Amino acid sequence: MSATAAVTTALQEKFPQVTPRASLDHEAVNVPAGEILAVLQYLRDDRAYDLLVDVTAIDWAEGVTPRFTVVYHLFSTAHHGYVRVAVNCPDDGAPAVPSASGLWAGANWHERETYDMFGIKFDGHPDLRRILMWDGYPHFPLRKDFPLAGIETPLPDAEVAAETGTTAIAAPMAGGPFVAAPGEINLTEAEPRAKDESWNEAREKPTRR
Amino acid sequence: MATEFSFPDTAAVAEFETEKMSLSMGPSHPSTHGVLRLQFELDGEIVTKCDPVIGYLHRGDEKIAENMTYNQFVPYTDRLDYLAPLANNMAYAIAVEKLARLEVPARCQAIRVLTAEMARISAHLLGLGAFGIDTGAWTVFMYSFTEREKLYKLFEELTGARFTTSYSRIGGLQRDVPEGWTGRVNAFCDQFLPILEEILGLLTRNKIFMDRTVGIGVIPKADAIAYGLTGPNLRGSGVGLDLRKDKPYSGYEQYEFDVPVGTRGDSYDRYLVRGEEMRQSVRIIKQVIAKFPDGPWYATDARKIFAPSKDKILTSMEELIQNFMLVTEGPQMPAGEVYFEAENPKGALGFYVVSKGGGVPWRLKIRAPSFCNLSILPKLCVGSMVSDVVAILGSLDFVMGECDR
Repeated sequence: MSATAAVTTALQEKFPQVTPRASLDHEAVNVPAGEILAVLQYLRDDRAYDLLVDVTAIDWAEGVTPRFTVVYHLFSTAHHGYVRVAVNCPDDGAPAVPSASGLWAGANWHERETYDMFGIKFDGHPDLRRILMWDGYPHFPLRKDFPLAGIETPLPDAEVAAETGTTAIAAPMAGGPFVAAPGEINLTEAEPRAKDESWNEAREKPTRR
Repeated sequence: MATEFSFPDTAAVAEFETEKMSLSMGPSHPSTHGVLRLQFELDGEIVTKCDPVIGYLHRGDEKIAENMTYNQFVPYTDRLDYLAPLANNMAYAIAVEKLARLEVPARCQAIRVLTAEMARISAHLLGLGAFGIDTGAWTVFMYSFTEREKLYKLFEELTGARFTTSYSRIGGLQRDVPEGWTGRVNAFCDQFLPILEEILGLLTRNKIFMDRTVGIGVIPKADAIAYGLTGPNLRGSGVGLDLRKDKPYSGYEQYEFDVPVGTRGDSYDRYLVRGEEMRQSVRIIKQVIAKFPDGPWYATDARKIFAPSKDKILTSMEELIQNFMLVTEGPQMPAGEVYFEAENPKGALGFYVVSKGGGVPWRLKIRAPSFCNLSILPKLCVGSMVSDVVAILGSLDFVMGECDR
């Protein structure tokens, strides 16, 4: 356990710009984007955090600075400790951090997914294509300004689009009856059924035939 | 009338250019177990390049999670690894409970371990059956599906659903186990063990099966770690990492079980690891039932997280209000972030929950083991025959519902 407990202090000694990060479980640090690769390499080689379990990002909403935070979770197969490493993307408009795919081959797909969902570029990534959405998809779905229902988008294949005359339509459950609204709002608004506008005071309830 | 035909002489052959062939396997191919597409570049029958195309089953689960309360997301976890929904339910509930700093009672933990191990058996049975089909052994599938059916009967009795169980709640469970149910699970285990030996006996020393799997799809230890493999695929390569042992949760430290580890890291070793894991799961189930704790099956003191019982809601004003707040605003969580991984049948299923307080997560990242396990394919498939790719896919035992989320 002592090996993991001292990670934050050891990191701070070696990299003075590293700061501890609030966390409810594992040790966590904030690292400036420029030092991320050195920190990850140090953790892997000198601290035995050899398994990169996850790379993801958080969007703190439009207008918040820093807007995007990339989060790495490392695990050690030797002493079974986790550590969380977070990097704030320096530029909110064109977020980018260095790619860890040179350190772990597994980072390749994780970073592709993060790029696909948030539009965060990973500098030095060998093959930064979309992975879950199709190539040429114009939006980044996990950004907070992307609506839950989706955005109407042309089909990926121009020939199919011309033949069928359809687009990738927004989901019909938009603001639907099973979706509770987050945050401190009036209960009538947050209550799920309030948003089902198929029938209400203004519109009559459809009668059964 | 015989047609005249002569083979082209060597001089003529030299005029032909050899070229690489591209082949698209899937997204609906029997061996891709769902909707995975592999784009190959082939030199004859040897794979020279492999590019997996995933995302056909992408539903945006993480986006959906940001728009609903914690308990509302439980049914979505069923649909990650839909072969072991009970294990997913448990992993998700524990992650959110960690955020709430909530400790569930021993009985709840025991029920969760019990159901997760049953889910593991069910998932591995399907994995083995499908692997058998991939390598030309149909019978295994028939045997293993008969056993899964018995498990599904038990799941149905417990949760009301065979497949999409949605059994966990934040701070507890959907309901307690039915009268006499643990006895029926025990009886299942007793009759299952000899059948399991029979099923494994169909493959373990089967000449055809061994020809198809031994030495095929070898993943060296270093590669397995570099690509973030977990679960049986990592253990097959000789890394003895099992989160149930190494990072115990939900009371796994009380139970005795062994962690099988492979030596060569080939498809055959991954098969052996899964076979042994089922025996160990039965061992765990038997121990859980032997010391099945009494007491409450949900966190009784977590009034802002777990809904009161139905009879209280219908008779008491305070409980009615409490239930109303829980349903409309969700279980109230503190601000903060947690990451929790559970050892699921396919590997480590992780949930990274970022909360700003309230009943809805700000961000929920699902770390899907199948996603990481598939990421090694571009390396693993190169140099093998197309027919071996089928065996490799079967041995990796992935679920696209979880990979694509």
